[in-house]
Amino acid sequence: MNVAVAVTGNDAMAHALKQINPDVCAAYPITPQTDLMQRFSEFVSDGEIDTELILVESEHSAMSACIGAAAAGGRVATATSGPGLALMWEMLYVASGMRLPIVMPVVNRALSAPLNIHCDHSDAMGARDSGWIQLWSENAQEAYDNLIQAFRIAEHPDIRLPVMVCMDGFIISHSICRMEYIADDAVKNFVGWFKEKNALLDIENPVSYGPLILTDQYHEYKKIQSDAMERVFRVTTDVAAEFEKISGRKYDLFETYRMEDAETSLIVLNSAAGTSKDVVDEARDRGIKVGLLKPRLFRPFPHKQIGKILQHLKAVCVLDRSDSFGAYGPLFTEIAASLYNYGGKPRLLNRIYGLGGRDFLPKDALLAIEAVVAAAEGKTDLALKEYLSIRG
Amino acid sequence: MKSRGIKELGAGPVITFPGNSLSVKTGSWRSSRPVSLKENCIDCLFCWLYCPDMAVNVAGGKMQGFNYDYCKGCGICALECPGKKGRKAIAMQEEEKI
Amino acid sequence: MSVSLKLKDLSEKEVLLSSGHRMCAGCGAAIVVKMVLLAIDKPVVVCSPTGCLEVTTCISDYTSWKTPWIHSAFENAAATMSGVETMYRALKKKGRIDKEITFVVFAGDGGTYDIGFQSLSGAMERGHDMLYVCYDNNAYMNTGIQRSSATPFGAATTTTPAGSAIPGKMQHRKNIAMIMAAHDIPYVAQAAPSHYKDLMRKIQKAAAVKGPKFLNILSPCNRGWRSRIDDAITLSRLAVETCTWPLFEIENGETTITYKPKKKKPVEDFLKPQGRFAHFNKPENEWLLKKIQQKVDREWDNLIRAESAKGFYN
Repeated sequence: MNVAVAVTGNDAMAHALKQINPDVCAAYPITPQTDLMQRFSEFVSDGEIDTELILVESEHSAMSACIGAAAAGGRVATATSGPGLALMWEMLYVASGMRLPIVMPVVNRALSAPLNIHCDHSDAMGARDSGWIQLWSENAQEAYDNLIQAFRIAEHPDIRLPVMVCMDGFIISHSICRMEYIADDAVKNFVGWFKEKNALLDIENPVSYGPLILTDQYHEYKKIQSDAMERVFRVTTDVAAEFEKISGRKYDLFETYRMEDAETSLIVLNSAAGTSKDVVDEARDRGIKVGLLKPRLFRPFPHKQIGKILQHLKAVCVLDRSDSFGAYGPLFTEIAASLYNYGGKPRLLNRIYGLGGRDFLPKDALLAIEAVVAAAEGKTDLALKEYLSIRG
Repeated sequence: MKSRGIKELGAGPVITFPGNSLSVKTGSWRSSRPVSLKENCIDCLFCWLYCPDMAVNVAGGKMQGFNYDYCKGCGICALECPGKKGRKAIAMQEEEKI
Repeated sequence: MSVSLKLKDLSEKEVLLSSGHRMCAGCGAAIVVKMVLLAIDKPVVVCSPTGCLEVTTCISDYTSWKTPWIHSAFENAAATMSGVETMYRALKKKGRIDKEITFVVFAGDGGTYDIGFQSLSGAMERGHDMLYVCYDNNAYMNTGIQRSSATPFGAATTTTPAGSAIPGKMQHRKNIAMIMAAHDIPYVAQAAPSHYKDLMRKIQKAAAVKGPKFLNILSPCNRGWRSRIDDAITLSRLAVETCTWPLFEIENGETTITYKPKKKKPVEDFLKPQGRFAHFNKPENEWLLKKIQQKVDREWDNLIRAESAKGFYN
């Protein structure tokens, strides 16, 4: 039976991992992920699950151990944040290149310098080209639901790619909110058995993992990997449909909010979408035809579907919680790419917000709405890219 | 060796044919070759043990000559060969002169 | 029961590294790997970090490994193997696997002493059941003979060329075996392929013990040492006879020297055949030889003291 609980985002992710009971998990502490794997370790220590933990000496080794464990032939997970993800960087590419279905919660955190432990998306955005599938989550419920679905997507025979499930550090990871846990059995049945492929521990059929491949085939293997990514759209949709049956909750590649007759829209990832929806409601009350689009699947990015939805709008404001210094925010770039190839050309604005955990307040969402409305009305002196709420 | 195209490759770069490097004939690297002088051989098998290329044939504990498909001609076998009464059981010969 | 180390018996055994690998002609590391694999009688799973061995044994469609093998990156062989070994324990606990397996890492000195040092230390501390074999060829040979912390004092490498201002590498080697022994692991040893019985006996001893084991094995490299193509075993023997490469083992913290030369040869005998020490012959560089001999003498004396003190370091 599904039960309502009041828990933090980290609790929820730890609970999902407990229900899934992976064969091996690696863990290394880093704020704000720390208490996720800490909570998970309690389940292991108390014998509630039989996962083997590897308490490694760095995130680099965490991902390396996950790679070894996944190649060995079993279900594997770890979790990290900000600089931990940055330290894994080289190994992220190895995990995806070897087609290992590792699942990893990423509790989003800013990157140094200056040293900062709070939320922004610089970590996961830096890893967006690593060949990992990325699911983004607005709140603890979505993080929990995404994490359960992530195993199915990663391990699908047509996919076999690692998945990161992103959730905002502190804002969600450490805030208690109401959500529902699905019954243990239902989760267990949903994720099913891990089906081994080319297991290293199969002594009778020895395989070699990680060959040197130069100019002869590297290009082809990358195309094969790229093709697998293209199949993620379909598999994610299929898995979501099945998930709805056990949860009653509907998931798509992205969420639209009040977009039916919208003339303008905000585009925003993760927790800031929650705040923004309230402000959209208020604007709607004042007769402003604004909507909101929140991508769930950022890698692969559903350019075509999103382009179709946005093409008829007059203006779109993309909110980025990370910057690509000297260029536009990473989400902005994807939205621009979605629109250029698919029909109309709404005016586009890029607003950078909430770096290093700076609160994203209703007034910030309102600033974005005012800007996008002004853009729709033809105002010409608007900055294309701008940091929101900079202290003077 | 023709390299496989995209349709023949699996999902990930994993080789499922153990020891298939046998089709890479490294003997073509050789500039000189070991030649067995069996009359001086005491079957100590040091040549077999020290060969980095598993290119010394042994059967029933007896040295049976070299596998020139893989022998790279390093000559460790000849140098380490104790031979019999100071006479080596392996001599190196330049390929050009063969 | 361990396999017999009689060469006649060993020659009946299948070598799990097949011909057709692309290690250089006369490579010491290939001989080391062959000896290690021959000595173990249980199924083995192998991990190699990026390096000579890795890039020459598994290329595109071809592997020389007849046993499961994995490479993931340069700095993380011990961490990767930690994952493999942990999955083995997880699946064994669940009854999904029943075989006894020996987990062996073959890593060069760069991947062991330097870039892989942290992950090695972590894996040893955590107590994973693995046999970590460092094939020590004294430099980054795969990238073209750059100095590592295993490069001997005075040696010329491509990043420490013997110049008029700086005559080669100006630092001594790291004592990796002692550092590993300080992790209080059950078995640490140093071996050389010229003394194959000693080497293989050590491997058998290590493989029989549960937990982390570390072996440092000399792997002469004719390209990097600027020596003859056929002298891998000869140089290995000279390294041992000059006590440049002492053979010892440390079992649960107690040192045993497993081979004591009847008469210790001068270090010069080992250095002379090698081009990387050719600059030692210049009159202005005489001090290099003295310094290297002093270091070898000191370490040998330390080892003898450690042995009599039933400890591992003095």
